[in-house]
Amino acid sequence: MSETITLEVLRYHPETDSEPHFQRYTVPYKDEWVVLDALNHIKDNLDATLSYRWSCHMAVCGSCGMTINNEPKLSCHAFLRDYRGGVIRVEPLDHFPIERDLVIVMDSFIDKLSSVKPYLIPKQDKPLSAGEYLQTPGELEVFHQYTQCINCLLCYAACPQVGLNEDFVGPAAMALAHRYNLDSRDGGRQARAEVVASNEGIWECTFVGACSEVCPKCVDPAAAIQQTKISASVDWLKDLLTPGVHR
Amino acid sequence: MSRRPYVRKVERSWWLQHPRYVAYMIRELTSLFVGLYCALLAVGLVRLSQGHAAWDGFVAAFSSPLGVAFQMACLVFAIYHSVTWFALTPKAMPLRMKGEPVPGIVIVGAHYVAWAVVSIVVLIGAGM
Repeated sequence: MSETITLEVLRYHPETDSEPHFQRYTVPYKDEWVVLDALNHIKDNLDATLSYRWSCHMAVCGSCGMTINNEPKLSCHAFLRDYRGGVIRVEPLDHFPIERDLVIVMDSFIDKLSSVKPYLIPKQDKPLSAGEYLQTPGELEVFHQYTQCINCLLCYAACPQVGLNEDFVGPAAMALAHRYNLDSRDGGRQARAEVVASNEGIWECTFVGACSEVCPKCVDPAAAIQQTKISASVDWLKDLLTPGVHR
Repeated sequence: MSRRPYVRKVERSWWLQHPRYVAYMIRELTSLFVGLYCALLAVGLVRLSQGHAAWDGFVAAFSSPLGVAFQMACLVFAIYHSVTWFALTPKAMPLRMKGEPVPGIVIVGAHYVAWAVVSIVVLIGAGM
């Protein structure tokens, strides 16, 4: 008999369930399979009612984030071989409402992301005929790691402050704000400060550091937030000593 | 079809559910002792301003077995707090020199050197 592995998946159907419950599935074990392959096997062969998000299957789209054995992970990045001999517990990402089964409601994140203006705000508008906004490789390197964020929300699931205060803007949005603040072509730091430097922004972070530990793209949101705390404090001090000069 | 999203509450024991959260809570707890020690030093200053007898009473309390045990606990917690904080400094204070990032070990090492220098200055000052 070929080897199998058991998945314990959190199920929630809003039409019939008052609260979520776990359901067990036994699937074939394959060395090269990831948890997402196992879920696809369940969906195709065992239980077509199972709902979850996924798209690229290669850690690029950021759709398939789940809590796997109590750790936020991309299910396309979690090999069955790392859980061999045990039961794999699959749950939706923590700190988000459950829409259905493993699908979370991520509207709050989209609102938070929009609030930090995650796009280039040029220092001075110039006509198209004036050409591109140029940047050296050195200037790019300063913020390059933060461009790798795929909005998978593993950092929000790992951050206890997100769970304890739903208003906290959170790691990924803060890291992306930092990304644009560091960009040599950008002049939007003051425009972002209203949200970024607020209590619900950087100051809600207590540097647990879990966001950076779980990031599948090696982005370091914890570092971004601590650096922003320092620059925001310097801005505050400058404003205190010479009001209005630095705006 | 109406939506009915289910919200899972964060349990009070959330910090026991992963070793990284336990380590974080220990670091947070150590800051309490660092703060308490600072507060006691401030009390010492007040007692000093109140005259010889008040200061002698403060020193006697600090020199009692309970006082020494408290200071030892504070020292252990302060060292834990400092070491874990120094380990995080490359994240909070990344430096670049001549366009190149300064290695994290250099930033952490500079903090230990600064700690040693300040400690020596304080010890020399206390011995004078």
